Amino acid sequence: MRSLFNTKEKPWLIWVGFALIGIALALLPFVLAQQVGTSWVRITNFALLYVMLALGLNIVVGFAGLLDLGYIAFYAVGAYVYALLASPQFGLHLPFWAILPIGAAVAAFFGVILGAPTLKLRGDYLAIVTLGFGEIIRIFLNNLSQPVNITNGPRGIAGIDPFAVPGFSFDSPISYYYLLLAIALGVILVNLRLQNSRIGRAWEAIREDETAARAMGIDTRNLKLLAFAMGASFGGIAGGMFSAMQAFISPESFVLVESIMVVSMVVLGGMGNIWGVILGALLLSFVPEILRWTVTPLQEALFGRMLIEPEVIRMLLFGLALVLVMLYRPAGLLPSAVRKRELTASGEAPLVDARL
Amino acid sequence: MDTFLQQIVNGLTAGSVYAVIALGYTMVYGIIQLINFAHGEVVMIGAMVAFTVINALAPSGMPPLAVVLIGTGCAIPVCVLVGYSMERLAYRPLRRAPRLAPLITAIGVSIILQHLALMVWSRNVLAFPQIIKTETYFFLGAGITTVQIAILAICFTLMVCLAILVYRTPLGTAMRATAQNPQVAGLMGIDINRVIAVTFVIGAGLGAVAGVLFGTYYGVAQYTMGSVLGLKAFSAAVLGGIGNIPGAMLGGVLLGLVEALGAGYIGEFTDLCAWGVPLEACKGGGHFILMGSNYQDVFAFIVLILVLVLRPQGLLGERVGDRA
Repeated sequence: MRSLFNTKEKPWLIWVGFALIGIALALLPFVLAQQVGTSWVRITNFALLYVMLALGLNIVVGFAGLLDLGYIAFYAVGAYVYALLASPQFGLHLPFWAILPIGAAVAAFFGVILGAPTLKLRGDYLAIVTLGFGEIIRIFLNNLSQPVNITNGPRGIAGIDPFAVPGFSFDSPISYYYLLLAIALGVILVNLRLQNSRIGRAWEAIREDETAARAMGIDTRNLKLLAFAMGASFGGIAGGMFSAMQAFISPESFVLVESIMVVSMVVLGGMGNIWGVILGALLLSFVPEILRWTVTPLQEALFGRMLIEPEVIRMLLFGLALVLVMLYRPAGLLPSAVRKRELTASGEAPLVDARL
Repeated sequence: MDTFLQQIVNGLTAGSVYAVIALGYTMVYGIIQLINFAHGEVVMIGAMVAFTVINALAPSGMPPLAVVLIGTGCAIPVCVLVGYSMERLAYRPLRRAPRLAPLITAIGVSIILQHLALMVWSRNVLAFPQIIKTETYFFLGAGITTVQIAILAICFTLMVCLAILVYRTPLGTAMRATAQNPQVAGLMGIDINRVIAVTFVIGAGLGAVAGVLFGTYYGVAQYTMGSVLGLKAFSAAVLGGIGNIPGAMLGGVLLGLVEALGAGYIGEFTDLCAWGVPLEACKGGGHFILMGSNYQDVFAFIVLILVLVLRPQGLLGERVGDRA
């Protein structure tokens, strides 16, 4: 068995593997649409969006070690930029190649706005400030309908243009699947290349010990800002895709719980490990949906009515995932090598490390 | 002038409730440097339990004060139990882990508590029954209701009791010793685990009372009330200097005042017409208000960010902002 999969002896096996995965991914939406219904294609599309979001957050949390609990704000910024530039709200209908870079840039700008005042903060303080920042963005989105109507307040923006390239308009979930898959693969590629780059290693150094990193000549300030900006721009792109796919957005979609969901994906999968984060995002996207499809009929069969809403089960699952992962597998399901060492070396850490 | 005084009264009332909640954050932080993210949910559970009991007893014709007291009396043990079990199950096993780990479990606990509450009480808003006849006293043009007076009195009594507990009793001495240096405190014969558990229990008990007061003040309780309330109280704790008990009290009251005055005056301050901007809307004494009182919730977060950036140790605290 082992000799069959020995990639050192047979390097072409890797390519066979890639080809098989590629074929599987290409056929997936048709199989889903045929076997279980089109709604599962849509669920898959959301899973791909979450993969992008989780990978974007992984840059901030996993690589640079800055816990950001307001990440959904950047997703919101990207979504609203897309919505405002391609909807009847202002009568603008710019093409995607103009909007997506603008969305990414505006989100990155907000990332820097959040990053700049919080550079000195570490750990838990940063987490709370980012959380507050996310809430501020949402409050503004909710209220920027007066005195000048920009965001249309809680009613949201409707009639957003679908994603379109000249000669082809993306209108079915299946076409969006390929689009999102392509972007997600792009994001994965960028992440993989970043991780072992000069920047990626500098982030790792900052995460491990900021003072030491600075002593080694790393420009910690700029690199932390860069982490915020890059993470935010991925969030912005994902937000733009969300807008295009849904054709309707409102502040309801960008609540705190969404931020926490993305954090759960990163934590569950394994902070800092790209494959782990992807696994976390896919698990936390699909398992609740599978539960939704099994638990409701099960409850109706057992009790004659629905006792617990699937939405509640979903959130309880997120909460439990966070607690149980931290208690029993603190480095995540697929830990990154460094994180594993760092999070399991508990015996040596003093009771209160900061004061002693 | 009467708007000003009125907002001061409102701010003091809300602020004293924030202060009591902030004590729960600050005591836990002072002892184990953990932001107990789920504390806001404990407050919410306190309010929900009390409201359920109060609503059940309201038609019985018992005196209103007794009804509210029984409601609070039921809420406190429930919250204490929740506080104790989360410390035991989710935080104690992680006491030696890096600091991000307990923070993440705290977020998890908070989601779990919030959705358990959703399961028990559904999405409905629980209303406080009309059993207390509120009277309004006027004082220099500002009205203060009996409920506000009661809230202020209860909050300040609780704060005084807590201060006596922490600074004048053996248990308080043990708590302060554990906060200073847990290992040495342990060597001196203090049962650290017990002290930490007691801290959580006291914080949760205070949270339960605060939840009842907050719910009574605004007349409603819902399963989502905990997160924003918790965040505001945490901001108050940071404003006063986290880990510092008098700081939390001061921070809570100040934050309440900032919020009330901010909400009362932001409309006037962001009225472009008042600044002399020539706009179409301004003609004939019109207004062009950029931000109205619907931005009230923003103030707490802005205070939080400003404090952390400008003075991370808070008003009364020691320097902590750069602790990893």
